[in-house]
Amino acid sequence: MTQPVLSVRDLVVEIPTRAGVLRPVDKVSYDLAAGEILGVVGESGAGKSMTGNAVIGLLDRPARITGGEVILQGERIDTLSDARMRRIRGRRIGMIFQDPLTSLNPLLPIGAQLAETIAEHLPVGRAEARARAVRALEEVGIPAAAERVNSYPHEFSGGMRQRVVIALALCAEPVLVIADEPTTALDVSVQAQIIALLKRLCRERGTAVILVTHDMGVIAEAADRVAVMYAGRLAELGPVAEVLQRPRHPYTEGLVGSMPMAAAGRARLHQIPGAMPRLGQLPPGCAFHPRCRYARAECQRDPGPTRADCDGRAACWFPVGARA
Amino acid sequence: MLAFVLRRVFQSAIVLLVVGLVAFSMFRFVGDPVDNMLGQERTQADIERLRADLGLDQPFPVQYYKFLRGAVQGNFGVSYRQGRPVATIIKERAPATLELAAVSGAFAILLGIGLGVFTAIRRRGIAANVIMTLSLIGVSLPTFLIGILLIYVFSVELDLLPSFGRGDTVMVGGWSTGFLTQSGLLALILPGITLGLYQMTLIMRLVRSEMLEVLRADYIRFARARGLRDRAINFRHAMKNTLVPVITVTGLQLGSIIAFAIITETVFQWPGVGLLFINAVQFVDIPVMAAYLMLISVMFVAINLVVDLLYFAIDPRLRVDGRTG
Repeated sequence: MTQPVLSVRDLVVEIPTRAGVLRPVDKVSYDLAAGEILGVVGESGAGKSMTGNAVIGLLDRPARITGGEVILQGERIDTLSDARMRRIRGRRIGMIFQDPLTSLNPLLPIGAQLAETIAEHLPVGRAEARARAVRALEEVGIPAAAERVNSYPHEFSGGMRQRVVIALALCAEPVLVIADEPTTALDVSVQAQIIALLKRLCRERGTAVILVTHDMGVIAEAADRVAVMYAGRLAELGPVAEVLQRPRHPYTEGLVGSMPMAAAGRARLHQIPGAMPRLGQLPPGCAFHPRCRYARAECQRDPGPTRADCDGRAACWFPVGARA
Repeated sequence: MLAFVLRRVFQSAIVLLVVGLVAFSMFRFVGDPVDNMLGQERTQADIERLRADLGLDQPFPVQYYKFLRGAVQGNFGVSYRQGRPVATIIKERAPATLELAAVSGAFAILLGIGLGVFTAIRRRGIAANVIMTLSLIGVSLPTFLIGILLIYVFSVELDLLPSFGRGDTVMVGGWSTGFLTQSGLLALILPGITLGLYQMTLIMRLVRSEMLEVLRADYIRFARARGLRDRAINFRHAMKNTLVPVITVTGLQLGSIIAFAIITETVFQWPGVGLLFINAVQFVDIPVMAAYLMLISVMFVAINLVVDLLYFAIDPRLRVDGRTG
C-alpha cells in the first residue's frame, strides 16, 4: 500500500472536568488511502464526531488531544500551531457539517462564501475565485449556477444547501473530507442524492472521506471500510461487506442485526439491551461487556485483543464466529 | 419595498398626531401660563384679555386644530416668555443639541461596538474583564452624577476642559457650529461623554452578548473549518450577524440621546433645545413645550423608519422580491 492520506495512531482526546478526566476518544487508530471512504458509525456520544474534530483541529475547549498522532500525507499535524493548522483546514482537509440550514452564513451570498474560501487558499485573483465558485456550484449540481451564485442561503432548499456546503468543503480541492452526519438533517429522499454526489466527487478527485454517521444504511451504500465506535473506542474496523455480513464484535453484531435491510424476513428487529454508558461511568475492561451476551470474567479486566484468527478486526476476547 | 416605506410613513403620521394630541392635552394641567405672564397687579379683565389674545378661551379641539394647522406649516406659535416665534427659537437652539447628540452618538456607537467585539473575542482576557466591570458603572450611574464627576475631575481639579457652555461658535449658513473652533471642540468633550456613556456601555454589553451567541453558531464553526482567518471570521461573518438586534436598540438609544440631552444640557448649561424645554416648563411656555415634544417624536419616528430600512440593507432574508426558490 502506498502512503496513506491520513493516519490516526492511538488518538486520545480528553476533557478535564470537575468530576475527573473524561475520554471521549480512547486510542483510536486507522489509515485512509486516497479516494477511500471510511464510514464511522456508533451511537450518539460514541466519539465519532469528536475523532473527526480532533483530526481537523477543531476541538472545543476544554477538550484536547492528549495522546497519539494524526499524520496527514506523512506530516504530523496534531502538534501544529493554530496558524499553520488554519492553512490546512479548508485547503487539505475539508469538513461538512450536519445541518446545512445553519452551516451557511445567512447574510452573505453563497458565491461570496465560496470565493472567500477559494481566495484564502489558492493563489487566484477575485475574478478567478468567482469563476471557480461558479464551477464548484456546477460540479455539485446546482442548476443555473452562474445566476444562483449571488443568491443567499435562504433562497435554497435543504438539499441544495447541503450541495453548497459540499461545494464549500471541496472548493480548494482538499485531499481529505470529514463529513459529519452530512445527511442526518435532510429528507430521506434527498439523503441518497447527497451521498451519491459526495461519493462521485471524491472518487473523481481521489479525495479520501471520513463519513461519520449513525446510519448503517448510509455506510452500506457509500463506504469502502467501516469503523464501529463504542464509548470512545474502536470496536471493529474492516471492509464494509465483511463487517456487515460477518460482524466479529458482539456490538457490531447487534448493530447489524438492528438494520431493517439485514433483518429482512425476520419478524422483529434485533435490539441491543441497555444503553451506552456515560463517559464518566465507563465500566472497567471492555465498555460493552454489561450489554454483551457473550461477556465473561476477562471482559471486565481488559477490552480484549484483536485476534488474528478473526481478521484482526475486532477488539474482543470472544469475537463472533470464533468462539472457543 | 416602496409600499413598505409608504405604509411606514403613513403609520408615522398617525403616531405624530396622537403624540401631538396627548402632549397638547397634558399641557392643560401643567399650570396657567397667564399667572406667570401677568404680574401681581393684574385684574380679571387683564386675564380675560390675555386669554382671548392667546386663544386659550377657545374649546380644546379648536386649540388643537389651530396648533396642528400651524405645525404643518412650520409655525408653532409665539413663545409666551420670549415673545418670539417658537420656530425661530428652536432653529437657534437646535444646532447645539444636534451637534452634542452627534458627538455622543458617534462616541456611543463606535466605542460601544468596538469594545463589545473586543470583549467578546477576548472574553477570558484581563482587559476584557476590566472593561466589563467598568461598564457596570456606566450602566448604573445616573447621567447627572457622571457629568458632575467629569466636571470635578477634568475642569475643577485638572483644569483641562471647560465645564459649561459651547465655547466659540461659527455661523455656517444659519447653523452655528462648534466643530470649527478649538474651544468649541473642547467644550463638546465632557458633555458628549456624559450623554453618550450610558448608551455606549449598553451598546457594548449588547454587542458582546450577541457576538458571543453568534460565535457559537454553526456557520462560524464551518467558517473555521474552511480555514478562514480569525479577522475574516470575527468581522466579516460574526459582526455582521450581530448587527440586526444591535441596530434596533442603537436606533432607539439615539432617540433617547436627544431626549436625555435635557439633563446633560442642564448640568453643562449647554444652550440647546433641552435647556430651552426645562426653562419653558418652569414658565409654562406651552408653545415651546409642544413644539419640543413634537420635534422629539418626529426624531424618534424618523429613527425608527431608518432602523427598519437598515434591516433590509443588512438582512437579505427580509428582502422578498420574488427571487425565492
